Amino acid sequence: MKKLLTAISVALFVGVTATPAIAGPAEDANAFREYFKKRFPDIPFDDYINGVYAVNAGAREQWMAIEEFPPYQIAIDEGKKLFGTPFKNGQTYGSCFSNNGVGVADEYPMFDSKRGEVVTLELAINECRVKNGEEPLPWSKGKIASILAYMAFTTRGKKIDIKVPDDKALAAYEDGKRFYYARRGQLNMSCAHCHVDNAGNNLRANTLSPALGHASHWPVYRSSWGDMGTLHRRFQGCNEQVRAKAFKPQGKEYRDLEYFLTYMSNGLTWNGPGARE
Amino acid sequence: MRKPASIFATSTGAVLLLGSAFLTPVVAAEATLAETGKAVAEDRTKGNCFACHDYPGAVLPGNVGPKLMNMKARFPDKAKLRAQIYDATKNNPNTIMPPFGKHRILTDKELDAVVEWVLTL
Ligand code: HEC
Ligand code: HEC
Repeated sequence: MKKLLTAISVALFVGVTATPAIAGPAEDANAFREYFKKRFPDIPFDDYINGVYAVNAGAREQWMAIEEFPPYQIAIDEGKKLFGTPFKNGQTYGSCFSNNGVGVADEYPMFDSKRGEVVTLELAINECRVKNGEEPLPWSKGKIASILAYMAFTTRGKKIDIKVPDDKALAAYEDGKRFYYARRGQLNMSCAHCHVDNAGNNLRANTLSPALGHASHWPVYRSSWGDMGTLHRRFQGCNEQVRAKAFKPQGKEYRDLEYFLTYMSNGLTWNGPGARE
Repeated sequence: MRKPASIFATSTGAVLLLGSAFLTPVVAAEATLAETGKAVAEDRTKGNCFACHDYPGAVLPGNVGPKLMNMKARFPDKAKLRAQIYDATKNNPNTIMPPFGKHRILTDKELDAVVEWVLTL
């Protein structure tokens, strides 16, 4: 940031008409990457998708052992079955997505300019159900997590490439960003306090994972949950940790937050579903 | 594997009750203010200072904040120390340290006790 400011003032000083230095999403994401590169010079960019295991070698070994018999495999299998089972009207989930829903999880979260809001994969799945005369699924665990796991699995290896297509999208992005940096709860902490400023440090015995890569690997099997959960379930947990009231999963707040957070991971690789302690 | 459900236990009524049950005997046995302060500081629903600070005798401390040591020398002015714990953002607007007094995480009495304890470190 300081460097950026210096560059700007130099540009002004010598009278160069540079492009107006309005910090936008691309600049933010770049600053984000640069920050972590400086903080962890030895961590290759691509490794950030592994969360806390990128910064904690001891925990990483245990995790690699766990990944040999991934605890999310059951969810992938169940998700595949659910995904392939027709609704009562004979349609399938595939009918609601491009490429029949295979390998397309990377299209989300997307800003739908017509609707003027962020559409997450969960939202798309439940809207698909409702459109086909089915009840929506509960948002943050269970069947929806299995369907997400299957869809994420078929998308593994693609690059994260979130777009901010217009001014309304930018506003949603900015709302998500504000959320990320806002202090919250009785303990008065922002997301950034833990996952940017203190990434790699220990809170008690818990190493804090870097925010870069946070969106790449959902849903996650978490040992302390004992099952699969969505990104918004994690958001709720992190809000409650600072004694703040959690927001509703898939409400505007968390969808905008997801949009911002995923954009920050642009250029990394989708690798869901994941396993975490 | 230890499974910390949360780093800062959410202060549900039940936990608070347990907390005070745990504190009362200490007070009854004429604990010094510093001893009471230590109990408050190490109660996860109260100070939970070792989530971030190491200090002599801390169990599984974090390293988000500096090690608490030589505190008498670092804070010859007790009011300054109290202010740091009351509202750390006064000194550093971007600090992660919670404002224990300002946000009523600790009562005035608990805060005074914690200050005495910190000065023993
Ligand atoms: C008090 C510290 C703290 C705050 C504040 C906090 N988190 Fe977390 N968060 C943690 C801890 C501890 C974990 C579990 C270990 C890890 O992966 O970092 C975690 C995990 C996560 C994960 C999962 C990482 C992974 O690789 O699966 C995400 C995503 C996340 N947090 C996002 C957020 C967001 C968004 C906010 C703000 C709304 C937030 N956190 C606020 C402590 C915090
Ligand atoms: C979530 C993290 C966190 C918690 C919990 C926390 N602190 Fe801190 N503390 C810090 C950080 C970080 C600093 C460094 C200064 C700053 O950020 O302003 C600090 C600084 C201090 C200082 C000043 C140290 C010095 O030498 O200048 C004292 C004293 C202190 N903390 C006491 C406490 C006490 C007592 C508690 C519990 C009642 C506590 N802290 C809880 C993070 C924390």
